[in-house]
Amino acid sequence: MLYLLIVFLGWVNIYSAVYNEEHHKIFDLSQRYGKQLVLIFGALIIALLVIVTDSRFYSLFAYFLYAVVILLLITVLLFGKDIHGAKSWFELGAFRLQPAEFAKAGTALALARYLSSRGFNIRNLKNLFNTGLIIFVPALLILIQPDTGSTLVYFAFILVLYREGLSGGILIIGILMVVLFILTLIMDKMTIIIALLVVGYLVFWILDRNIKRFLIAALIYIGLAGSLFGLKEFTGLELSVYFILIFSLIISGFIYIYFVYFHRIQKAVLMYLLMFGSIIFTFTVDYTFNNILKPHQQKRINILLNIESDPYGSGYNVNQSIIAIGSGGLYGKGFLQGTQTKFEFVPEQSTDFIFCTVGEEWGFLGTSLIIILYTVFLFRILFLAERQRSEFGRVFGYSVFVIFLFHIVINIGMTIGLLPVIGIPLPFMSYGGSSLWAFTILLFVFLRLDISRQEYFI
Amino acid sequence: MKNTYENRKYVFGAFLLLIAVVYIGKLFSLQVLDKSYQSTASNNVLRYITQYPARGLIYDRTGKLLVYNEAVYDLMVLPIQVKEFDTSAFCEILEITHNDVRRWIQNAKEYSYYTSSPFLKQVSSETYAVLQEKLYQFPGFFVQPRPIRKYSKHIAGHALGYVGEVDERTIKDNPFYKMGDYTGISGIEKSYEKVLRGEKGVNVYLVDVHNRIKGSFQNGKNDKPAIVGTNIISTIDADLQEYGEKLMVNKIGSIVAIEPSTGEILALVSSPTYDPSSLLGRGRSKVFEKLSSDTLEPFFNRPLMATYPPGSTFKLINGLIGLQEKVIYKQTEFYCYGGYYSRSIHVGCHNHDTPLNLPEAVQNSCNAYFCNVFRWILDNPVYSSVRQGYNAWKDHVLSFGFGHKLESDFSYELKGFVPMDSYYDRYYGITGWSSLTVLSLAIGQGELGITPLQMANMTAAIANHGYYFTPHIVKEIEGEKGIDERFSVKHQTTIDSVYFPIIIDGMDKAVNGPPGSGSTARIARIKDITVCGKTGTAENPHGEDHSIFVAFAPRDNPKIALSVHVENGGFGSTYAAPIASLMIEKYLNREISRQWLENFILETDLIHIDKKD
Repeated sequence: MLYLLIVFLGWVNIYSAVYNEEHHKIFDLSQRYGKQLVLIFGALIIALLVIVTDSRFYSLFAYFLYAVVILLLITVLLFGKDIHGAKSWFELGAFRLQPAEFAKAGTALALARYLSSRGFNIRNLKNLFNTGLIIFVPALLILIQPDTGSTLVYFAFILVLYREGLSGGILIIGILMVVLFILTLIMDKMTIIIALLVVGYLVFWILDRNIKRFLIAALIYIGLAGSLFGLKEFTGLELSVYFILIFSLIISGFIYIYFVYFHRIQKAVLMYLLMFGSIIFTFTVDYTFNNILKPHQQKRINILLNIESDPYGSGYNVNQSIIAIGSGGLYGKGFLQGTQTKFEFVPEQSTDFIFCTVGEEWGFLGTSLIIILYTVFLFRILFLAERQRSEFGRVFGYSVFVIFLFHIVINIGMTIGLLPVIGIPLPFMSYGGSSLWAFTILLFVFLRLDISRQEYFI
Repeated sequence: MKNTYENRKYVFGAFLLLIAVVYIGKLFSLQVLDKSYQSTASNNVLRYITQYPARGLIYDRTGKLLVYNEAVYDLMVLPIQVKEFDTSAFCEILEITHNDVRRWIQNAKEYSYYTSSPFLKQVSSETYAVLQEKLYQFPGFFVQPRPIRKYSKHIAGHALGYVGEVDERTIKDNPFYKMGDYTGISGIEKSYEKVLRGEKGVNVYLVDVHNRIKGSFQNGKNDKPAIVGTNIISTIDADLQEYGEKLMVNKIGSIVAIEPSTGEILALVSSPTYDPSSLLGRGRSKVFEKLSSDTLEPFFNRPLMATYPPGSTFKLINGLIGLQEKVIYKQTEFYCYGGYYSRSIHVGCHNHDTPLNLPEAVQNSCNAYFCNVFRWILDNPVYSSVRQGYNAWKDHVLSFGFGHKLESDFSYELKGFVPMDSYYDRYYGITGWSSLTVLSLAIGQGELGITPLQMANMTAAIANHGYYFTPHIVKEIEGEKGIDERFSVKHQTTIDSVYFPIIIDGMDKAVNGPPGSGSTARIARIKDITVCGKTGTAENPHGEDHSIFVAFAPRDNPKIALSVHVENGGFGSTYAAPIASLMIEKYLNREISRQWLENFILETDLIHIDKKD
């Protein structure tokens, strides 16, 4: 079985990476590599348990397990241990449990069960709403902890919905929103609004291929905005430029409705709505960014976008991480020879920034090998998911796929400075029992389903 | 099985592949293409700690250690690591004030946040011992040992020079130096800085994110040990130097003693002097200030930088030139009736027998005799004009090392002054001057400016019968074959060696002539040693004349030639001659037989009398 091999290779990596970090002897329970070894054995036992369990158990008890993890998430909020300002952990003796990690598996099960239930149609609003509920209830609970990184993982489930028939338009709008979001932060708001207007009208022209209508529409808007501007100048009314631009758009919107009524140009409506929506979104983002995101989150995003340069502050992690990876060169510095990681320049190097160690000590060969391994691994899951005969199996497979994908992409992306720092672990490599076990459960439940895919019918 | 959206799996596959490619591409550029991160990582993790070499030692000519090193400790500060600490305890250990702490940390911050710089320099070993134990309480501070100069005897400050911190200009001009480094500021320390300083080494250490040293980088493969500076054997005779300084206490002036056969400077006394060790350690700035503002200018290196008219000592040169120019012979006699008289000029002379021949004129220091000689040189019919005669005279004078730097191994020696003919043109017009106008040159007064070093060199040249070696202060650089070649070049004067015995005869008589024969320097006589000397009195428009004496001994195979200047000391025979005589005796006999003379000189206080006026 290919995946087992990959998992083992992953384990070898954990082992070496964690070992590097402390450079002591292997079997030392007080150290992280020692604990990790125990955790790996634990994970193996769990994997075995998962495999021997009847595959029907997972679909039958999907909601039950979901309820359990939700309960755990609520309990952790009430009784959890406060670490670094977040109530994410149960403390059980020497080991700590992070229910958020297991919640992903629970959610994936519940989602699979719901999506595969008879009569389910994603275009049905009620169904869609329930699906959203399944996904975002645990996400919300985790956000309260707060653990933004894990919360974001839940957005990955949208990809599963896409596979199951969710309109691609939503995805495109989502991508547009992300682009707009980034642009809003980088550029001046005024520039964006004007650019949006120009792009909007131009797209309308290209779609409609009628220069007359395009000119009329544009002139209406310019005329309105111009007269409002004149009004402001002459009467001394205190109108902000934003107000003028947007108010003109609203007014011209009414005029366009009249047009649309006569000419039946649906595209124009779409364009108008998109344009209008985008502008509103710009303001929302601005507000969200400045008022809702926490300062350290703002900073992380700013640093990624190169708005702020602060190599000894918030950007420190990423900077040192990039230095560590960059200094690895083609072949790396060799096992245990990493200076960046050995002397703790990279924080969280055994957990979230484990990839640095690989990069520094094994060089480009090591990092590309890891990426290739993960890619093959993900393709394998994708392939397995597609070959499921049951919708339950497929949905669950896709859930597993997107969860791994999200973790891997975000984690590696952040260590090489392509994505903002979001504290989520790299599957199978990062130190940490909860994540290792949760990923193991996730993977092996799916494998169990795969083994019995022939006999599995609902 | 309905699987409506099956095609969408390709979207996922493509997406996955795209990300994999982008990531590998990014990693390729990060790790393989961009090499800059490798050095950044090194900078992150490597600390270069300078190893300061011990400066070379300085010995005297007899092998006595004069200057050596002792470890002191510089307290360094790295501002970025400084956290709150117990300032009171800190101040107590170091004996500084809270204000000092604030100010010095501020200074260090202004220099650099991320580089360490000296916080407090030259902490003594005792303080260091106390501090070391508590250093962990003061994050950001660490101690760097550094050797500093120590002096076994408190002598020869001017000759040895001192070391001090490099100034900003030196740092800019010379990449060898960094802020806080020490360099020779004067004397041997400066002239031989490159020899003495050695080479700084560096130890490369690995540090972790908290800047804690984790060990040596690659087992010290890249470490460069400091190379200790080279030792120097100076030409100074420590005993003689010490004795000279003792004799010159409470007098202003200088003694320069040279070994004629080599040009080695045996003693270089500048008075008042200073104790070189007072310029070290934490009190140095106060001492420095005090010495700098002293009106007697203890920092002023008189042997090299003070210029005096040579007075009657210059008659030796004029006599030699007269002989060389063949205007006089040994037996040439001139009458002297209390001086030299011409239409407009009268140069007085003291009472002595008349007429005198050349050696007797030297013995008696007859002004009239040398006025005549000088006029004959300048008005020599061989030359078509006074100007030519003067230039001939001047060339002879310059050949003795006057009027230009001797190029000794001191960096700040002065040229002195021997006027060019054009100089007189400017004052008197091109045709406006004659041998009579410049007659004061005959007896070493007037425009001449000569440093004590040049005087001693002249004496050495006479002792050598016509040549000299450039005076120098360093005898040997350890491990090197020789010192600079320029010190082994024999500088021939323009006077033939046959003429010297005549003048030396006069110098001999001046010291050793029988009582009543008119010898001007009988006080310089030493039993069993033939001292040859000549007194001089430099007219001083500002006060009492300067007392000058030049001498060498013994007459045959001279071992020491010296010039003594005592400012405001009156006649040359009063103070300068006895001092020179004692120096010679000290050097040749290593002990003093004439206690009374020594006591007379030691008890003389020309400075404090002066102040009462």
